[in-house]
Amino acid sequence: MFRFIIRRLLFGILVLWLVSSTVFGLLHLSPTPVEKMIAGPRASAATVALIRHNLGLDRPFLIQYWSFLKNTFTGDLGYSYVTQSKVASLIADRLPATLWLVFGAAVLWFVGGITTGVLSATKARGLLDRVSTVFVLIGLSIPPFLMALLLLFLFFTKFGDWGIHLFQPGQYVSPLADPTMFLQRMILPWLALAFLIVATYTRLTRGSMMDVLSEDYIRTARAKGLSERRVVYRHGLRAALTPVITQFGVDLGALIGSTIVTEKVFGLQGIGQLVYSSIVQGDTPVILGVTLLTALFVVVANLIVDIGYSFLDPRVRLD
Amino acid sequence: MSLLEVTDLKVSFNTSDGVVQAVRGVTFSIDRGQTLGIVGESGSGKSVSTQTLMGLTPGAKVGGQALFEGQDLLTMTPDQLRRIRGSQISMIFQDPLSSLHPLYKVGWQIVEMIKAHEPGVSKAAARKRAIELLGMVGIPQPDRRVDDFPHQFSGGMRQRAMIAMALALNPKLIIADEPTTALDATVQAQILDLMLRLQREFDTALIMITHDLGVIADLADDVLVMYAGKPVEHTDRRTLYYRPHHPYTAGLLRSIPSGSGGRNDRLVPIPGQPPSLISPPSGCSFHPRCAYTMDRCVVEEPPLRPVADRHRSACWLPDEAVGLSAEVENLRGMAVDQGRKEASA
Repeated sequence: MFRFIIRRLLFGILVLWLVSSTVFGLLHLSPTPVEKMIAGPRASAATVALIRHNLGLDRPFLIQYWSFLKNTFTGDLGYSYVTQSKVASLIADRLPATLWLVFGAAVLWFVGGITTGVLSATKARGLLDRVSTVFVLIGLSIPPFLMALLLLFLFFTKFGDWGIHLFQPGQYVSPLADPTMFLQRMILPWLALAFLIVATYTRLTRGSMMDVLSEDYIRTARAKGLSERRVVYRHGLRAALTPVITQFGVDLGALIGSTIVTEKVFGLQGIGQLVYSSIVQGDTPVILGVTLLTALFVVVANLIVDIGYSFLDPRVRLD
Repeated sequence: MSLLEVTDLKVSFNTSDGVVQAVRGVTFSIDRGQTLGIVGESGSGKSVSTQTLMGLTPGAKVGGQALFEGQDLLTMTPDQLRRIRGSQISMIFQDPLSSLHPLYKVGWQIVEMIKAHEPGVSKAAARKRAIELLGMVGIPQPDRRVDDFPHQFSGGMRQRAMIAMALALNPKLIIADEPTTALDATVQAQILDLMLRLQREFDTALIMITHDLGVIADLADDVLVMYAGKPVEHTDRRTLYYRPHHPYTAGLLRSIPSGSGGRNDRLVPIPGQPPSLISPPSGCSFHPRCAYTMDRCVVEEPPLRPVADRHRSACWLPDEAVGLSAEVENLRGMAVDQGRKEASA
């Protein structure tokens, strides 16, 4: 177990290095002239060159790459080209909004997906199964921004017209500072994000559950005279959950940094918006910082899933 | 009154290809301490019959009657049937690896069953009982192995654990569905010995389902041979082995490796395939594969009729055509010739 974790951590560092180097190389190949943007349209060539020199962009590629590696390895993500603030603190400012967005939505889609999945598996081809199939199709095919806009239109604009002001989109507010406003701002984004993903979990749980329910050990459980409820949940769902949890871990990690649309539509200042603006502005240090963070989340989530596996399934040994 | 009396059991399933008539009228009964062997090829309806009695065939259309201690299993509510499953009637299945839940400890799975039927029993007491049971079925160091997962057991040990589970609540009837098919020959013999010993000890009724007549040779009191969802021969073990009447039974007996025979002692397979249960053959279901087909067999279905005392067979051949010897073969041949003459006359 210990050796497994060490090996996976070393492997994770390798992944982080590969990912950040690739992004670094790609950004260098297609540079956005950040110095011109900072200097403004009327600046002289000399000013632009000075800015370029100050940012260190006139140095050879390998020197830039080496200093990036060295700084990153010592925990220094550098400064934003545009705002001059530390990349680490920029990310730290934006991270809570995104984490809350992802985890809140995760609870919704995990619980919702598994419940619907189990119900449609146990009553396959019943009314609920058919209704959920329709919603799954809608969830899978509707573009994220449209879903978010529809929710805003209904629950904010229309409800507002009817005098109900339950949902107030706007900037992220810490739940510690103002719990009510936190919920008012977060519920719609949670719903929008969860709705996109819940469909996948419903399908996944339904399929996994149908497979498990036709296993011999489920027949044994029934032959033992257990209640149907116990057969379905204790014996069926317990075995069906393994692939769902694997997917859950991977999705959680990958969503940090890719909730751009949801954050944009609801005006949440999270990591997604930071990604968006830094790419538009060619703010290389910020792009690299967020890339590293996202990759780190994916690596850690995968590690947790793999370790969790050995607890979920006694047949899996970590060696 | 017998412990279990099954009368004219019929089971069918609606599928997209048509109605599958898996069981087409099975009648048998069994008493405490008795062993009934049900024999047939894959798809003969032997497993479906018994699983239907236990309510384990969802979506099946069921007819007939199955009185267990006077109560009809087929008309019980799911909850009444659930109370009987495991405590009064328990089952042992073919593949012990896939029949035990892979994610729970063996002991836990036995304890769960005890607690499901006797909620008053403490966890510690149920665990103690599980350890006793594992010891009784011959698992070494049961107090340690009780906390093993199924994958830590060998195939034979898993089946022993299934048997321990089946015995946990001292049921009146055990249905063993091909309990040794997935095991090595040496382990097979051990498991059969164990089942026989425990059955005598507990005075349990045992239904042993198998496709292998060799398995029940030492075990069964009565044997029911099934073909295409119907019983074709039903008698005591000795009569079945030495004086079979139905050509299908005779065919099954000839396809057992004798072991004592010399190098030239070849197995004689039954030609052809089991019939479709969606549109079974006309007349006798076995006629397309039978060596003694008469005209009558094609049009008229033989009922399961007495050919001797406690010996019933569903075949038109004369009652005295029983056994496997050459004279009996002659007798059968003559009967067939005569049957054809009568038909043409």
